[in-house]
Amino acid sequence: MSHETDIVLTVNGGDYAVRVEPRRTLADTLRDQCGLTGTNSGCEHGICGSCTVIIDDEPVRACLMFAVQAQGKQIRTVEGLAQGDKLHPLQRAFIDHHALQCGFCTPGFLMLAASVLEREPEIGDDDLRVALSANLCRCTGYKNIIKAVRVARSVMQSQKAER
Amino acid sequence: MTRLEDLPLVTGRGRYAASVSFPHQLHMRVVRSSHGHGRIVSIDVSAARAAKGCAGVWTFADVADIPPIEFRPTKIEGLEAYRQRVLAENRVRYVGEPVAVVFANDSYLAEDIADLVNVEIEPLPVITSASQVPGEFEPGRNTEPTVIRKKFGDLEGAFRAAHAVIELDLTIGRHSGVPMETRGAIARYDTTRDVLELHGATKRPHPNRDMLARMLRRSPASIHLYECHIGGGFGVRGEIYPEDVLVCIATLRLGRPVKWIEDRRENLMACNQSREQRHRVRAAIDAEGRILALDDEFFHDQGAYVRTHGARVADGTASMLPGPYHVPAFRVAGHFRLTNKTPAATYRSPGRFESTFVHERLMDAIAARLAIDPLDVRRRNLIRGAQMPYERAVSVAGAPVTLDSGDYPAHLEKVLARIGWNDLQVEMKQRRRAGESVGAGIAYFLEKSGQGPVEGVRVSVDTTGAVELVTGAASVGQGMETVLAQICGDALGVDYRSVRVVHGRTDRIDYGFGANAARVTIMTGSATHIAATKLRAKALEVAASDMLEATADMLDVVDGRIVRRDRPGSPSVTLAQVAKELSPAAAVAKGREPGLTAEGVFECKEEAFPYGAHVAVVKVDRETGGVKIERYLASYDIGVAVNPMLVEGQIVGSAVQGLGGALFEEFVYDENGTPLAVTFADYMLPTMQDVPDIDVMLTQDSPSPLNPLGLKGGGESGITACGAVIASAIEDALGMPGIITQLPVTPQRLERLLREHGQRKDDARSHAIAIE
Amino acid sequence: MKPSPFSYYAPKTLDDAIAALAAVAPHDGRVIAGGQSLVAAMALRLAQPAHLVDINAVAGLDSLEIRDGELCIGACVRHTAFEHPVVDGPLGAFLTTVVHHIAHRPIRTRGTFCGSIVNADPASEWCLVAATLGAKMVARSTRGTRTIAEPGFVEGIMTTVLAPDELLIEVRLPLLSAGTRCGFNEFSRRAGDFAIAMSVATYRIEGGVIVEPRVGVGAVESRARRIPEAEAALRGQVPADEAFAIAADAAAHAVTPIEEKPELAEYKREVVRAVVKRALAAAETIR
Repeated sequence: MSHETDIVLTVNGGDYAVRVEPRRTLADTLRDQCGLTGTNSGCEHGICGSCTVIIDDEPVRACLMFAVQAQGKQIRTVEGLAQGDKLHPLQRAFIDHHALQCGFCTPGFLMLAASVLEREPEIGDDDLRVALSANLCRCTGYKNIIKAVRVARSVMQSQKAER
Repeated sequence: MTRLEDLPLVTGRGRYAASVSFPHQLHMRVVRSSHGHGRIVSIDVSAARAAKGCAGVWTFADVADIPPIEFRPTKIEGLEAYRQRVLAENRVRYVGEPVAVVFANDSYLAEDIADLVNVEIEPLPVITSASQVPGEFEPGRNTEPTVIRKKFGDLEGAFRAAHAVIELDLTIGRHSGVPMETRGAIARYDTTRDVLELHGATKRPHPNRDMLARMLRRSPASIHLYECHIGGGFGVRGEIYPEDVLVCIATLRLGRPVKWIEDRRENLMACNQSREQRHRVRAAIDAEGRILALDDEFFHDQGAYVRTHGARVADGTASMLPGPYHVPAFRVAGHFRLTNKTPAATYRSPGRFESTFVHERLMDAIAARLAIDPLDVRRRNLIRGAQMPYERAVSVAGAPVTLDSGDYPAHLEKVLARIGWNDLQVEMKQRRRAGESVGAGIAYFLEKSGQGPVEGVRVSVDTTGAVELVTGAASVGQGMETVLAQICGDALGVDYRSVRVVHGRTDRIDYGFGANAARVTIMTGSATHIAATKLRAKALEVAASDMLEATADMLDVVDGRIVRRDRPGSPSVTLAQVAKELSPAAAVAKGREPGLTAEGVFECKEEAFPYGAHVAVVKVDRETGGVKIERYLASYDIGVAVNPMLVEGQIVGSAVQGLGGALFEEFVYDENGTPLAVTFADYMLPTMQDVPDIDVMLTQDSPSPLNPLGLKGGGESGITACGAVIASAIEDALGMPGIITQLPVTPQRLERLLREHGQRKDDARSHAIAIE
Repeated sequence: MKPSPFSYYAPKTLDDAIAALAAVAPHDGRVIAGGQSLVAAMALRLAQPAHLVDINAVAGLDSLEIRDGELCIGACVRHTAFEHPVVDGPLGAFLTTVVHHIAHRPIRTRGTFCGSIVNADPASEWCLVAATLGAKMVARSTRGTRTIAEPGFVEGIMTTVLAPDELLIEVRLPLLSAGTRCGFNEFSRRAGDFAIAMSVATYRIEGGVIVEPRVGVGAVESRARRIPEAEAALRGQVPADEAFAIAADAAAHAVTPIEEKPELAEYKREVVRAVVKRALAAAETIR
């Protein structure tokens, strides 16, 4: 049906009941209807990766998926990365190592990196560079992004070891 | 020292333009020309107007009363006739030019309705090259609005006396800033206060407010510009474009907030482009490779209209052409020409990326001609430290070119030591013997920074001790809040984290010249230093006479507390207490000005000139023309660095942008003026796999004498020499001096050059994958 | 860049999907699986389907199994499924090699193997694999099921022989016998981009010489295809650089790039020469 339909999106563990046209992308729905504007739209055709979110543990371009397709799935966005006031190791490392300037690509990079490190905690440096090249940044020249993700990788490994 | 800006940005609380919304807002969608040049025969808006949810459709007739869009004034005259209207009047001159706008309740719907507008255009001849014979802009006006001419020294004499003359024909490709966030503008008219608000402003809020005030015939005080978070500026964002004016007119006329968010396809055909020039340069040299004279004729492809910066980029290119070298005689003629492409203006290091490509290609060509080491050619031509300040008889952006400080040759030696140049040569020689096409290049550059004329800030401490710094400058994501807070904190004696920096708001301060031309740290930073120093003196004076029974010179401010220098542990007061002491009633009773506040104004009509060099090591795949950058060093002398981490961030980031322009990014147009790079699949930004980690050598050897802290700017620091050094390195890798004359060096162009020179040989088995 | 309006159907069973497609196909209806090409095209309004039948929720279409010496890939099997070998032997390892060249991982998590085949982009890695190995496509509509072998499925740039009401439910790739050597190489401007040219090469060695050579080239002509001239040049030769260079040269001469501009066509030929040679060499590296 091309008319609006009622759907429920599960984002960061919470349910959002929204009414959408089928053509509305997940990125626009998260931003405009769930009020989760941390996910940025940089190109709307799947190349820049600014809108990367994690769906059922996998990184996905939220601009290349319709909101109606995301029903019943576990969606994670940058707003769900920190636990209360406690920043995720990636967020901490991005701040400490100046891995952002304008910050527009940052939520996408954080979610991409989170998905990579969760799936492959011991990922090697070369593979990490390949994995992170999925997203574009125009400010940092990438050096500090990869440095920050490497630091977060170590922190997450030691956190895991402590548990 | 981490940035004040970061916490909201890493937690998804950034507020970019697309996140600004107001109740009952309308969404604007622009209908754009699909022709490079043509006469508008008709625009049928009937279907669009009749569409459900349409709140309005405008064409030129609806905005005929709005004057053409202003650009920044310069001394170059005769450009006004070439300005752009907010909607095309009777001709379209580039693909992407706004011809109509629609307004609707929803952004999806607005796009549907825009598709219903039917524009009929009769094609006219298209110009896609600035070096071809000029055509017609409109009857009676050709497409060359002006020629930039500069000259000094005895050119003819130098060429007569020359040992040799080097001639080059060089082309720099069309590319641009392309921030990750597209443009956005949200206008709202508050009838109760008669105030027009424009959200999404950046870079130059005050000048833009004044420009809008003139175009809309309103008083500047009745227009407020607000900055959001900005997803990258790089020169292109924060200027006044048709869409900024249109949302303002629309909210005034339609009575509802109006939001416009550019999409990426629009961004790649409507936002300022840059760089495209062709240079025919001649140099007279002596037998040792010293330049005696430089003579350049260049063609600047301005695109369809004169907008935002007038002819500044062409003018700056001409002024900066001699770069860091001593050039006794100089002549340049820059043909500023219009073509049927998206209008052009500044992109990070405007004019210097281009001119550095020219003077560094020239250095390598001199070396090749005379069989001298390219390093020696540079050593012989670089301006020496003893020659500082060095005056060059040209001006740039209205300011004199007086190179303020520096030891260029000494810096070159530091760069060579850092990269290990001699060891590198040995290593590459071995690899070349083993069949690899590897090579290294070097390029030296001169930057400019700190455009004046003036900047001001106001620093206040309230009765809770909170420090607020208000500036007319803007943030484009570069970290200016942190840097200004640091300068303020250092001068005042408070932790930088306690300083709230207010910027990009025309309702909080009366003037400001913005964030461009690597000026914020120098201009606003110096004004901050002055204001904070004044505030500190004021606080000490009040504390000394009224509160601590001391003289001001016995006191110091440490972490916001005024203490006796001579008696540690003795009674002290906080800045908050001093602020209370200066509350209006208390202050007036004692005959003081109320408020613990101070303003600082910094004036500087001259620019500070930073400099540096780049070294690149590349490997060329002779079969495909592919180029892999193996190592990259970017050096920069910044005078004094307030926050080295942020400066290095600027250098690395801009270097990767520059590598984009050197190897990947190009706005290609076909012969009809149709842009072929309108998606991120075709306009190729470098990814993490395409560039190495950029090594940075930041030096602070030559503080500028022009400002109290010795600062030079860092905003454009790493991009300037990228095109030049990549060309140099590729030639070295191939052992073919002089073949690279065009940027970007695409694989296709390079492979063709190799084939033409009979140098394509089957070598490496690179990147092969094996399975059995 | 917002898609045009469309009606949306998300059937749960294959029969319902086929029925839904039959109903909307005459009215500009299309199937959406991973959507990684389609949604981008819709954002640019290059595609404006009036109806979309979403097959993601259809039970059973994500199956990946071996039947009768073939690897049978269901319509909803994502690219990421091939990140680790899906079958022992050369084929599984080969597909794992190829998949890492398809865009970037956040695209591979949604995009599907069969979707790439139906999309028929001349620069699709899977289309090249299908053409070179001789894949079979299983299409179903309310009119029945048919199997179409490649070559014969992809007709040209983004076009196939599928009727609008047919759903590609499965692609079958022949398993490769032990000892088959497979190489892949592509050249692109940036990592993850569509290639300028790409090649797949497979062959076996008997008595020290090449037998059953297959050489495919993609991203150059309107569709990926095998290059018989290159294969003929390899047959019976000792696998070595010299033979590879001759075969690569034959491939470069045999292709007719679709590029309008002669200089780009010429360039593509040169890149074909490089990627064919490298694909052959890659296949040869392990012995």
